[in-house]
Amino acid sequence: MHIEVRQLNKWFGSYHAVQDVGFSIEAGQLIGLIGPSGGGKTSVLRMLAGLEQPDSGEISFQGKLMNDVPPQQRGIGFVFQHYALFKHMSVFDNIAFGLTIQKWPKARIRERVAELVELTGLSGVERRYPHQLSGGQRQRVAFARALAPEPQLLLLDEPFAAIDAKIRKELRSWLKELIERVGITSIFVTHDQDEAIEVADEIMIINQGRVEQMGTPWDIYKTPETPFVAEFIGESTLLSNAHTLKGFESMKPGEESKALIRPEYIEVGREGEVRLPSASVQGKVKALHFRGSEWMVEVDVGGMRLKTYRSLESPVLHIGERVQVLIHRIYLFDKDRSWMQENALKEDPLPVLI
Amino acid sequence: MNVVLRHKGALWGFRTTLLLYVFLLIVLPIGGIYVQSFAGGWAHFTESLAEPLAWQSVALTFRLALIATAINVALGTMSAWVLHRYRFFGRAWLNSLVDLPFALPTAVGGLMILLLLGPGSITGGLAEMLGIRIVFAEPAIVAAMVFVTFPFVIRAVQPLLEEADRAEEEASYTLGASRVRTFMQVLLPQMRPGIISGAMLAFSRAMAEFGAVVLVAGNIPGKTLIASVYIFGEIESDNPQGAAVVSVMLLSMSFVVLWFVSVLQARRSQL
Repeated sequence: MHIEVRQLNKWFGSYHAVQDVGFSIEAGQLIGLIGPSGGGKTSVLRMLAGLEQPDSGEISFQGKLMNDVPPQQRGIGFVFQHYALFKHMSVFDNIAFGLTIQKWPKARIRERVAELVELTGLSGVERRYPHQLSGGQRQRVAFARALAPEPQLLLLDEPFAAIDAKIRKELRSWLKELIERVGITSIFVTHDQDEAIEVADEIMIINQGRVEQMGTPWDIYKTPETPFVAEFIGESTLLSNAHTLKGFESMKPGEESKALIRPEYIEVGREGEVRLPSASVQGKVKALHFRGSEWMVEVDVGGMRLKTYRSLESPVLHIGERVQVLIHRIYLFDKDRSWMQENALKEDPLPVLI
Repeated sequence: MNVVLRHKGALWGFRTTLLLYVFLLIVLPIGGIYVQSFAGGWAHFTESLAEPLAWQSVALTFRLALIATAINVALGTMSAWVLHRYRFFGRAWLNSLVDLPFALPTAVGGLMILLLLGPGSITGGLAEMLGIRIVFAEPAIVAAMVFVTFPFVIRAVQPLLEEADRAEEEASYTLGASRVRTFMQVLLPQMRPGIISGAMLAFSRAMAEFGAVVLVAGNIPGKTLIASVYIFGEIESDNPQGAAVVSVMLLSMSFVVLWFVSVLQARRSQL
C-alpha cells in the first residue's frame, strides 16, 4: 500500500509532539522509524493507525484520505510494544479474533490460523494462554494476530523492546524474512539503531517531532544531512579544535563550525603500520577497551581524545604507547549547512610516477 | 531483626498466635452456634427449622439480597469504569466517597433512607400517590442493602482496570472490532473476576445486614421481617435455639458463598 503523509502536526497539551511531518512510502517497503525516546515516533505510528487524531495534516493510503477513517476500517495490522495479547483467550482465539469479527466461515478461520501458526513457528501451542508462553512466542502470536485479517499495512511499535538480546537478533532476521515473504508494507518504530540498520529498507530519523532525514541506511550513514543525524547514527565524538589536526589546517580557526569524528574515520597503528605516514600525526594511547571482537582505542592527539577501533589481529597496543594516527575525514557543520572534509594530505600534492 | 524473625521459635510463636486467634475469635463462636442450635435435641432443631416465619425470613432475605447484588453489579461495574476511564472535576473526591457506606454506622444509613424515602419526604410522597410503598416494604430493604454493599463491586473491579493494558482495547480496534464488541469481548472479561468476587462479598454482606434494614423494613413477620431481625426477635423473646437455627442457615449459606469465591479465585490465579 502506498502511503502519503503531509504536514502532520500533533500537540499534547502545549507540547508539540509531531511537527510538520511529511513522507511517502512505496508499497512493499519496510521502513524503520528511529530516534530518541519522546521524539514523536510512536505518535506518528499511532496516527497512521488511527489510534490518535492528528491536529492538522493529511494521511492518505493509496491516494485515499484516511484522517476520518476509524482504526477498524483502515486495513492495518498493529503490533504493540508489550504485545497486548488478549489474556483470557488462547493463542488460537487471539489469532482468530480479527477473522471472527469479519465473520469468516469457521472452516476458513481454522485454515487461516493454521497457516499463520505454521508461518510463525507456533505449532503445538495453539491451545495455550499468553501467560504460558515465552516472550519470543508472545511476540510471534502478536505478529500472527496482526497479519491474520490480511492487512495492507503492518505497523510495529518497538516490536523487540521487551525481548532479551539474543532472541531479539533471531527475531529481527525472522521478521525481515517474514515481511518479505508476505510482501506487506511495514513501518516499525525503534530506538535501537542497529535494529533499524539491519532490518529496514529505508530509515526515517525523527527527532523532537521532526523528520531529520529519510533514506537507505547506507545513505544516511555515508551522508548525514543534519548534525543530529551525524551524531545519532554510529558513534561520534565532538571535536573542539579540529583545525589543529594534521591535514585539516586549511580550515580557518574561529569559524562557527563544529566538527564530528567517527571511529571509522581514524586509523591507528605503530610506526610503519599506517599506510600514509606523511598524512598522519603522533598520538599517545590513553585507554584500551576490549569489545569482544575488537579493541576500542582512545588516543590523545594534540589535547583531543579520539576513539577508534583496532583489529584483534594487529599487535596489541599498550597504554602510554606512542602511535601514528591517520585521520581520513571529519564531518563539519555550522548553523545552516554540513559537509565532509577529507584529509588534504591524503591526496598527495606531488604524485611520484614510477 | 531478620535473624530473630527467621528463628524457629519465632515462627512457631507466630503460627501459634495466628491459630489461637482464629480459634478463639472465629472457630469457637461459630462452633458454639452450631452446638447451640442442637442444644434442644434433634427434634427441637427440626421443629425450629419447620417454623414458617423462620423460613420466610430467610427466603425473603435471600431474594432481596440477590436483587441488591444484581443492582450493585450493574451500578458498581459502571461506577468503577467511569472512575477509571474518565477524568472530570471532582473525580478524586467521588472516588474517596465510595467508601463512605463502610465508614458510616449502618443505622445512620438506615435513617438516611428513612428520611429520604419515608412518607414525609418528596420521593416517598410521590410514590405513595402512585400507590407504591417504599419504606416499611421491600423497596426500602433493597435500598438499604444496596447502600451498605455499594463499595464491594467497585473496589474489586478497580484494581483490575488499573492493571489492565489499554493496548488490549486498542488492539481490538485495529483488528476491526467495534466499541460495543470490544467492551463485551475484551474489557468485560478483564473485569469479570472482580465483578464476581465483589458480587459474592456484597451478597453475603446484604444477607447479614441488620442496622440499616431494621430501621426501614417495618419488620412485619412473614412479610418484611428479614433473617437478622428475626434472630434479634428470637433472642428478645428468650428463644436462643430458634435464633441459633436461623443463624446456622445463614452461616451455612455464607460458607457456600465463601467457598465459591475462593474456588473462582483459585481458578483465576491458575490462569
